[in-house]
Amino acid sequence: MGRSIIEKIWAEHEVADLGDGTSLLYIDRIFLHERTGSVALKELAAAHRRVRNPEQVFCTMDHIVDTLPGRGDNTRMPGGIEFITQTREAARAAGINLFDLGDDRQGIVHVVSPEQGIALPGLTLVCPDSHTCTLGGLGTLAWGIGSTEAEHALATKTLVVKRPKSMRVTFEGELLPGVTAKDMILRLIGEHSASGGVGYAVEFAGSTVRGLGVEARLTLCNMGVEFGAWTVIIAPDEKVFDYVQGRPFAPRDVVLEEALGHWKTLHTDHDAHFDREITVACDRLAPQVTWGTSPQHETAIDSVVPDPAGETDPNRRQSMERALEYMALTPGTPLSEVPIQAAFIGSCTNSRLTDLRAAAEILQGRKVAAGVKAICVPGSTQVKHAAEREGLDRIFREAGFEWRESGCSMCFYAGGESFGQAERVVSSTNRNFENRQGPRTRTHLASPATVAASAIAGHLADVRRIPSRG
Amino acid sequence: MEKFTRLAAIAAPLLRINIDTDAIIPSREMKKVSKTGLADGLFAGWRYQAPGSREENPDFILNQEPYRRAKILLAGMNFGCGSSREHAVWALHEWGIRAVIAPSFGGIFHGNCVRNGILPVVLDNAVVETLAALVQANPAKNLLTIDLDDCTVVAPDGTTHVFTIAQADREMLLEGLDAIALTMKRDDEILAFQGRDRLRRPWVYL
Ligand code: SF4
Repeated sequence: MGRSIIEKIWAEHEVADLGDGTSLLYIDRIFLHERTGSVALKELAAAHRRVRNPEQVFCTMDHIVDTLPGRGDNTRMPGGIEFITQTREAARAAGINLFDLGDDRQGIVHVVSPEQGIALPGLTLVCPDSHTCTLGGLGTLAWGIGSTEAEHALATKTLVVKRPKSMRVTFEGELLPGVTAKDMILRLIGEHSASGGVGYAVEFAGSTVRGLGVEARLTLCNMGVEFGAWTVIIAPDEKVFDYVQGRPFAPRDVVLEEALGHWKTLHTDHDAHFDREITVACDRLAPQVTWGTSPQHETAIDSVVPDPAGETDPNRRQSMERALEYMALTPGTPLSEVPIQAAFIGSCTNSRLTDLRAAAEILQGRKVAAGVKAICVPGSTQVKHAAEREGLDRIFREAGFEWRESGCSMCFYAGGESFGQAERVVSSTNRNFENRQGPRTRTHLASPATVAASAIAGHLADVRRIPSRG
Repeated sequence: MEKFTRLAAIAAPLLRINIDTDAIIPSREMKKVSKTGLADGLFAGWRYQAPGSREENPDFILNQEPYRRAKILLAGMNFGCGSSREHAVWALHEWGIRAVIAPSFGGIFHGNCVRNGILPVVLDNAVVETLAALVQANPAKNLLTIDLDDCTVVAPDGTTHVFTIAQADREMLLEGLDAIALTMKRDDEILAFQGRDRLRRPWVYL
């Protein structure tokens, strides 16, 4: 019988079969950041253990650093400076690659690793961060781990992993204008729940996926963890091979040729077996937006806030009721009439160059509605510079957006900056959990285009129905 | 790591679905580069009256007697989903939780539990709800007994529920093993693998 791409990569990395479906897997790359990587490095040093192959280990500053212009080690997060300085010291002592503040390569970990050619097709990559599955978009087998597992990976270059069940999600159909990878993944989670992927390694396939550009694939895979999956992956194709070539840590010349030959074998055989198969129809998909406090609380922008009374499962009903209370929404309200106080474009989900272009296209010649605080945080310093070369920063600024330095910023509330009590934010991020973006902050997840359209309208808005320019 | 073999304890039902690690320990409660000093921040958003305050919310179950002394948490589906922060597990452990029983867990959280001596027990939703009802009838007396030797949860009425757990996870918990030391025993194998792999996939080696 044929094998899936995940089975192929797994077999190639198996150092030992530990029995009971568990393998000792070789880890090609390890990425750390100052929030969780700091603890791992510190504990490892305290246990007098060394980092094996520090040249394959990378660290960036993204979670705690400020994103305001002129930033330094001091952050608005109480105690934040300790994370930054201790990570720096530990990274230097361990001899790993550090993308520090002021380094052109600094940025959000999952934006930086494709950008620098650190994540490549067929590699295993781990990071103590749940959105590491983003890199599945390149055909990398990448997954999030805890800090203790990160210590294990650092010390041994391996991890003990129980083989997950397998699932294939096939997205079929051509996307309508204004509809993006973000809408696809929200729909999958909405239909199959935030725990639909628990225990599975998931392959995303189908004509819609093949039609996506590489950055859109990274967005699609980013929220695999919001589907509950162990990780997700997309078989790499020519678009990916073109994308990775020439990047700083990617192979060149003869080695590149060799790598390309290998990467072309990384696809799922036609007779491979999956424990579960799901299809998501994308040809009539509308832009999606969340109304609750789990990514599964989502619906089409042109529909209404759902009524928990219609939900038969008592657990789900209860969760809906609680969510509506937190979000201060009434069933039956058209989503496009929900007013917002803030708009955020950023995060490892949607802050790459193509995301900023999509938002800028809508913002050009328009203004953010009065009373809406709008912020754009490019995903990496390089994305920021590239956007500035294209003049995107001017479009954002003229529309009334703040233009920031790169980092995770207000994707999550670390104790410093937040959107504030009861403020309603439309956000290109990945988590609408209670208090995620600030105490009592109400988050609506959406694509960058929908965020931009909503910022202009002052309420959640259908990007397909924005009024023409002035 | 602390061993887990057998535990008879008060169980606190917190049956919401999709309780994420941001809820278990909000980011603002992770103030130091450290695995300790986190118990105070456990469920801070629900446990206290206002963000940043330490005034208890009497409605929250872990603020009530006898649940303050609970060592077992009964939870809804997908417990510990979301962020990879191991602080969620460190905070639970420091507060006193030794086992969580739920219909399913966030994957990274599950792994983090095992590596920190907390037993994650997967049981059907209906069973978790039954256990919660039994416990609630008399929480101080109706203890749950979890035995990792024979993988059972014994309810206060004597009913026994068998659960499954990966062999490697079970051993790690039973023995309180240091996973790194265990893998280091295979150092030769790892080095041999690297040697072969370097020839096979030269582009991986920077
Ligand atoms: S941008 Fe948000 S989701 Fe992504 S790594 Fe940073 S904090 Fe996590």
